[in-house]
Amino acid sequence: MKIRVKINGAWREDDVAPRLLLVHYLREVAGLTGTHIGCETSICGACTVLVGGQAVKSCTMFAVQADGAEITTIEGLAKDGQLHPLQQGFWEEHGLQCGFCTPGMILSAHQLLARNPHPTREEIRKGLEGNLCRCTGYQHIVKAVEYAAKASGK
Amino acid sequence: MIPESFEYHAPKNLAEATRLVGQFGADGKLLAGGHSLVPLMKLRLAAPKHLIDITGIGELNYIREEGDRFEIGALTTHFQLESSGLLKSRCPLLPETAREIGDVQVRNKGTLGGSLAHSDPAADWPAAVVALDAEMHAVSASGERRIPAKDFFVDLLATALQPEEILAAIRVPALPARGGDAYAKHCHPASGFAVVGVAARVVLDERGNLAEIGVGITGVGPKAYRPAALEEALRGKSPGRKRLEEACAHAADGVEVNSDLYASAEYRGHLAAVYARRAVEKALERASENSQIS
Ligand SMILES: Cc1cc2nc3c(=O)[nH]c(=O)nc-3n(C[C@H](O)[C@H](O)[C@H](O)COP(=O)(O)OP(=O)(O)OC[C@H]3O[C@@H](n4cnc5c(N)ncnc54)[C@H](O)[C@@H]3O)c2cc1C
Ligand code: FES
Ligand code: FES
Repeated sequence: MKIRVKINGAWREDDVAPRLLLVHYLREVAGLTGTHIGCETSICGACTVLVGGQAVKSCTMFAVQADGAEITTIEGLAKDGQLHPLQQGFWEEHGLQCGFCTPGMILSAHQLLARNPHPTREEIRKGLEGNLCRCTGYQHIVKAVEYAAKASGK
Repeated sequence: MIPESFEYHAPKNLAEATRLVGQFGADGKLLAGGHSLVPLMKLRLAAPKHLIDITGIGELNYIREEGDRFEIGALTTHFQLESSGLLKSRCPLLPETAREIGDVQVRNKGTLGGSLAHSDPAADWPAAVVALDAEMHAVSASGERRIPAKDFFVDLLATALQPEEILAAIRVPALPARGGDAYAKHCHPASGFAVVGVAARVVLDERGNLAEIGVGITGVGPKAYRPAALEEALRGKSPGRKRLEEACAHAADGVEVNSDLYASAEYRGHLAAVYARRAVEKALERASENSQIS
């Protein structure tokens, strides 16, 4: 099936099998390996991307369902060599160790700040409940999101 | 984790969708939010030859106020229900239930209709719709019918929907004057699904007695149910703490209680009583606040 999607600002067209998962499409067809596959069972959130502005687990939808949609992956956040405030926050506040969960974590945080620009710590934790991290213990991730909220609020 | 091959169809309206469902019969499956179906397809526990993606059908996504009822399109997502200001003030049980489902990503995609049609014994929505005596609106190429919530859930993962029917909408009563809603859930720590979930709507009369009570319990048995003995023990009575506790001890009467690694039947039965009490207590508290205002 022919699909047309706008990934990180650029339209592209591909011919894909209906059963191709969006995450496999992004990694293997579009070559964007920043989106990770953790559990493959809709639990861990490592594969989270934005489709039409909404955070989704890209292992739980088919590429054909994204036909016509705008997709943002981790590769699309930095602009002109400038890190996105969330990326900067994860850097400054040590929001990652191995980094496996980070792309998904950042895109979920992106969704959270879009809906609630000044979340409390509780709200940050609730907003990231669909993303698992095996390294950090989450505290630094919460701080990273707080950093980004402050930085974007300026 | 790659599903079997299938043909993909994306009907643009309900008429086209019902035609496809009728045409493919058992070889076809509807795709809504995909957050129950896609995981099953990846595990190859489901392998439809035709996947009918209904998410592009705008006429199935709405929240509409109709006098003292709400009609909600089957494709309305958990997130839309969670964040509806109209529902928060006029039918708070729905947003309160929605926010307890899964996580943000799941709520962005998952739909009310998909969850009800799937009828997972640990899903949250079934508790709310049985507590509210909701009405399900099913549509097929040959007509339509309305199914009351009490007849909708048949068994584990089985509903009264026929294979050629699409669940199009759900109708629920708005919160009446002197009414209160609450949902109390004990989440499974890993999956987030309900070990026990209790939805309650109560309405007080002028003297503060319980004029009406509707309780829906999910997670405990093979399907969501109304605990008749519990409701009977409270209806028309003044709801003191002691009476409440005695009534809620009947939360799982006559139900074959589920048992799994996380919760034995005995423990789950106990949780049912505790969460029933919490839900009814909270609903009463809110109803009495609402009585003072009006
Ligand atoms: C990680 C994770 C955590 C979750 N946690 C929870 C939780 O805590 N509580 C909870 O309740 N749920 C939970 N869910 C399930 C989630 O709510 C699903 O979205 C929901 O069960 C199914 O809705 P859907 O729209 O995704 O349906 P789909 O997966 O698209 O469809 C489910 C089934 O219903 C059929 N169907 C869909 N729409 C219709 C219709 N309109 N008419 C007739 N048949 C239809 C499909 O053919 C399919 O058989 C979780 C899911 C995941 C992946
Ligand atoms: S890989 Fe998609 S949720 Fe884990
Ligand atoms: S930093 Fe390693 S999993 Fe989160």
